Amino acid sequence: MDHLIGALVGAPLLGAGILLTGGRRLDRIGHWIGCLLAAVSFAIGVLLFADMLGKSGAARTMTSHLFSWVPVASFQANVSFQLDQLSMTFVLLITGVGTLIHIYSVGYMEYDERRRQFFGYLNLFLAAMLLLVLADNYLLLYVGWEGVGLASYLLIGFWQHKPSAATAAKKAFIVNRVGDMGLSIAVMVMFTTFGTFTFGPVLAHATSASQAKLTGIGLLLLLGACGKSAQVPLQSWLGDAMEGPTPVSALIHAATMVTAGVYLITRSGAIFNAAPTAQLAVTVVGAVTLLFGAIVGCAKDDIKKALAGSTMSQIGYMILAAGLGPIGYVFAIMHLVTHGFFKAGLFLGAGSVMHGMNDEVDMRKYGGLRTYMPITYVTFGLGYLAIIGFPGLSGYWSKDKIIEAAFAKGGTDGWILGGVALLGAGITAFYMTRVMLMTFFGDKRWGREAAQEPGGVAQPQPHPHEAPKTMTIPMIILAFGSVFAGGLFSINSSFLHWLQPVTGHTEGHLPVSAAVIQAATLVVLAIGLGLAWRQYGRQAVPAVAPRGSLLTRAARRDLLQDDFNHVALVKPGEYLTRGLVYLDHSLVDGAVNGTAASVGGLSGRLRRLQNGYVRSYAVSMFGGAALLVAATLLMRGV
Amino acid sequence: MSSFPLLTLTAALPAVGAIATAAVPAARRTTAKWLALAFSLATLVLAGIIATRFTPGGARYQLTESHAWIADFGVRYELGVDGIAVVLIGLTAVLVPFVMLAGWHDADVLEAHRPNRNWRPTQGFFALILLVEAMVVIAFESTDVFLFYIFFEAMLIPMYFLIGGFGDRAGAHGEDEQSKQWREAPPMRAVVGDGRAKQRSYAAVKFLLYNLLGGLIMLAAVIGLYVVTANQLGHGTFSLPQILQARAVGRMHISAVAERWIFLGFFFAFAVKAPLWPLHTWLPNAMGEATAPVAVLITAVVDKVGTFAMLRYCLQLFPNASNWAAPVILVLSLISIVYGALLAIGQRDIKRLVAYTSISHFGFIILGIFAMTSQGQSGAALYMVNHGVSTAAWLLVAGFLISRRGSRLITDFGGVQKVAPLLAGTFLVGSLAILSLPGLGPFVSEFLVLVGTFSRYPVLGVIATFAIVLAALYVLILYQRTMTGPVKAGIESMKDLRLRELVVVGPLIALLIFLGVYPKPITNYLNPAVKDTLSDVHKSDPAPQINAVAKETAK
Amino acid sequence: MNPVNYLYLAALLFTIGGAGVMIRRNAIIVFMCVELMLNACNLAFVTFARLHDNLDGQIFAFFTMVVAAAEVVVGLAIIVTFFRSRHSASVDDASLMKL
Repeated sequence: MDHLIGALVGAPLLGAGILLTGGRRLDRIGHWIGCLLAAVSFAIGVLLFADMLGKSGAARTMTSHLFSWVPVASFQANVSFQLDQLSMTFVLLITGVGTLIHIYSVGYMEYDERRRQFFGYLNLFLAAMLLLVLADNYLLLYVGWEGVGLASYLLIGFWQHKPSAATAAKKAFIVNRVGDMGLSIAVMVMFTTFGTFTFGPVLAHATSASQAKLTGIGLLLLLGACGKSAQVPLQSWLGDAMEGPTPVSALIHAATMVTAGVYLITRSGAIFNAAPTAQLAVTVVGAVTLLFGAIVGCAKDDIKKALAGSTMSQIGYMILAAGLGPIGYVFAIMHLVTHGFFKAGLFLGAGSVMHGMNDEVDMRKYGGLRTYMPITYVTFGLGYLAIIGFPGLSGYWSKDKIIEAAFAKGGTDGWILGGVALLGAGITAFYMTRVMLMTFFGDKRWGREAAQEPGGVAQPQPHPHEAPKTMTIPMIILAFGSVFAGGLFSINSSFLHWLQPVTGHTEGHLPVSAAVIQAATLVVLAIGLGLAWRQYGRQAVPAVAPRGSLLTRAARRDLLQDDFNHVALVKPGEYLTRGLVYLDHSLVDGAVNGTAASVGGLSGRLRRLQNGYVRSYAVSMFGGAALLVAATLLMRGV
Repeated sequence: MSSFPLLTLTAALPAVGAIATAAVPAARRTTAKWLALAFSLATLVLAGIIATRFTPGGARYQLTESHAWIADFGVRYELGVDGIAVVLIGLTAVLVPFVMLAGWHDADVLEAHRPNRNWRPTQGFFALILLVEAMVVIAFESTDVFLFYIFFEAMLIPMYFLIGGFGDRAGAHGEDEQSKQWREAPPMRAVVGDGRAKQRSYAAVKFLLYNLLGGLIMLAAVIGLYVVTANQLGHGTFSLPQILQARAVGRMHISAVAERWIFLGFFFAFAVKAPLWPLHTWLPNAMGEATAPVAVLITAVVDKVGTFAMLRYCLQLFPNASNWAAPVILVLSLISIVYGALLAIGQRDIKRLVAYTSISHFGFIILGIFAMTSQGQSGAALYMVNHGVSTAAWLLVAGFLISRRGSRLITDFGGVQKVAPLLAGTFLVGSLAILSLPGLGPFVSEFLVLVGTFSRYPVLGVIATFAIVLAALYVLILYQRTMTGPVKAGIESMKDLRLRELVVVGPLIALLIFLGVYPKPITNYLNPAVKDTLSDVHKSDPAPQINAVAKETAK
Repeated sequence: MNPVNYLYLAALLFTIGGAGVMIRRNAIIVFMCVELMLNACNLAFVTFARLHDNLDGQIFAFFTMVVAAAEVVVGLAIIVTFFRSRHSASVDDASLMKL
């Protein structure tokens, strides 16, 4: 059974290989090959899951050693896998949601001439992501880590002819690389501290390392997590990443890849547990991002960017939970799974809306779509209810637990973190209701624009229509997940018991009773909902965005993150490289060329002595001879 | 079988090939090409045989040959290979056929100007490449310092003609035209000249002068070494095994001062060749002006002799001086890494950009060598291979791109992906290898170098790691500007890769993936050699603070 | 007679010859001045042989004579050829290594 773990990664990798090197012959069936291999991977995952359920205790962890990868003296990197409950959860999420999104893409990318490549990249992503969660050591994890970064780069920039897409892809990769740098240094510190970077020994002996080393490793891992999971301060790439096709946004930038940071922190729990400073930093990053993403999400008119802000914010919740230590790990992962369902569903819904609206993304040009796209409306609506934490739906179960855990941290920290989490829930309700109302309710605002744009190019009138079955079926399945997953996990705390052996769990002590917190969450939620309805439901949405307050304008520009990066990093960097290019020419090369030129000048002068007149040569000969004689005489005199 | 001169044969075969190719009549250009290719492939077979005959972990130098040559000066014709040499001979033998295939038409006679019927640049081009191969191979094989020195210097001559004689047909669209705004006064009169020919001869002369200067200083050091051995052993010798043997039994005691001076003489020559900041400025010129295949030959093959020689001669002959100089060299290599990367970001000319990335990568190699750890040195040796293959893949595709458009300026390209997807795709794979993406060869070696450096010098390791972000910047900016976006004028009718070009790029990419996924066959060759070298310099790897592995196994 | 006087004579002859080489432009005369210098050297050699009572100086004198004879052959030939092409015997006209 253990050998199958390799096949889990192998199937989509094979798919990527076939699709990317197969050439045009495969254009007609390529997408089905991609779907098939994703499904195969999912089937293997289910098989392994069943097998795992049949075992108990420590026997549930399966390992599979493939081959020795880089053996150099004490540096022993292996390609070997470890499948425990935590990895299993991810495997099922990745392959399950992945397969659904593959199927969705068949319809979504139907008219794209490079559909085969698209599926090749998707398969590549699956393989890399599975490698990431299945690796039994940090270096192999790093391979998957960069691999998903590559897939993300390729897919964001899939429509390369659009300069904005190419720029966004490059930006995503480079910002991620900053995080990757943190992760790779963390691996180096582990190697020098523990002599290995395999999960088992490192985590088992984490407590015997010095506090400084542990804090260092923790912060470096956090940097890595920030890059991949779009957490402050490396969050700027996620909004731009929405340039990619929508299935990509659903799979990579909502459900799976961006949650890799949460996986990393949970996996390295033993290190973080022993390094409170690093843990505190994790919670702070989570809390800040939670608010940051939510605020950005409130101001965006682009439906995908609003959802991207939301993703950032929800991952902030997970990071926050993971930073709380054993009281939060399980809930971080639980929220991660439920979020995988409803956020993927929301993105697919957004894709379906765009599909019907000539790829229009501006919500101010939507409105009243519920009658035109009923299935999309219902599935999107269920996802919406799940994300805001409507009682009974998935998001309610997982998010509520995180808020409780944050309060349970205790002390002032607990109150602040809990308060932020609670506030975040309110803002979530506000921006998601805003998205919902602007898209599916109110008057229809499309179709007017052609008349309103004097002299503009007459655009074809959108004819909103429901998407084909390949697209709606995945949406329906995900909607089921959004509704029931959270509840299912909470029956008898089954999810808790499932993950506890890997992550550990302690119950926190709440400063107030759980009921009070639950009630407070509902009140905040209602306030957010009400505010949104007052602004976007009761009154008509203007087709052109009003100027808005200072905060709104800043939020539209992603709270000035890009401006900051531009002023603080990009511009100085440009000056630096230009200056160096100049210096290389004038100083380093100049010194050498200067030497050459002065030698040349000297020889030019010396050449003038060689005038060809025999007499002058004779004089110099006699002069030289006379000098020699004189010198000899003088020397004898001394 | 041990008496069979396999190493001599491997070096002699391309040399014979060079003569044969040069002798092909002027009209039969195609014959000359196939002949040269056949010889390079035969050399590859011999390199393969060397690899199979060599036993990793056996004697330090194997397949040795030793004959007296200039007996009066103790010069011997001594050959022998260690694991690193085997791997690098393999690299050379693998790359040369690809270089030839990629440059298949680079030296064709243009019908427009043909001075006389006996003019035969094609034969010359391929013969020179084979000649370079022969010299590089024998430099890797030689274990006699003097013998090495001769070929180290001699390979400059064919390289000079390859750079100066066979220019890039990219016309007048190079960096230098643009770069005039960067400098008010051109540094040398030669640059102001009209046309590419002057640029090219400037580059070739610069290449020659830099390397000759290095060689001259090395010659002084070689003579110094002779004097020292003559004093200590009673008879002067250049033989590496003899000197090592004498030191092992305690018969060689070089005074610290003498050792340092001689070391510096050797190191200077190798640092020019490698090239190390601030001795690097010849490389962008040479690589910019040469055709892409020749540029590959410079950076992927010939320059490797420099870093290889640091490992073999600097460390083994002068262990104390190496330890003494290591801090300064490490800092210089760190500067190379960051400086090369930053300058690459600022370039406007594709080939010069590649040259600066090479400077950055050579910084990594030297960093790994002088970090004096197993990971660092194995990583550095592996890096030589990976850098060779990845730069070859990247630069050869760039060469195809440049020759299609007739320009090297990045701004002349845009949207190539749309018209030539295969070309763009292979270019992307090469780019990703250069930025050392895991799964492709360079990642393994770069990470080994970084870990090796970090375990002894944490601060240097961290700074060097910054380069992975810079690498992403220069590579992706180049890719974005040339391949993506709307199709630029002059690109619309660009042809995708031809079969010949695919034959060049395909295997290189496959090799990159292989080296990234399963580098163990190569590290098996490298590790024993590195272990020996490390014991020469009396260094052992820093032990981890908590030996978690030992504790786990003890349980 | 004191042999040292011969040395004074040799020095005088050498100086006359040297001055002639430097001052005169006619190739033939320059050439004769060179011969004069060579002969001054020969005189000095012979004198030294006498002074030191060995034959080394005399042997050297023979060598010098042979060389001088060879030089005359070559030198005169060059001068004649030069005169034919330039119609001049002035050494200043031969300032370039080409015609």
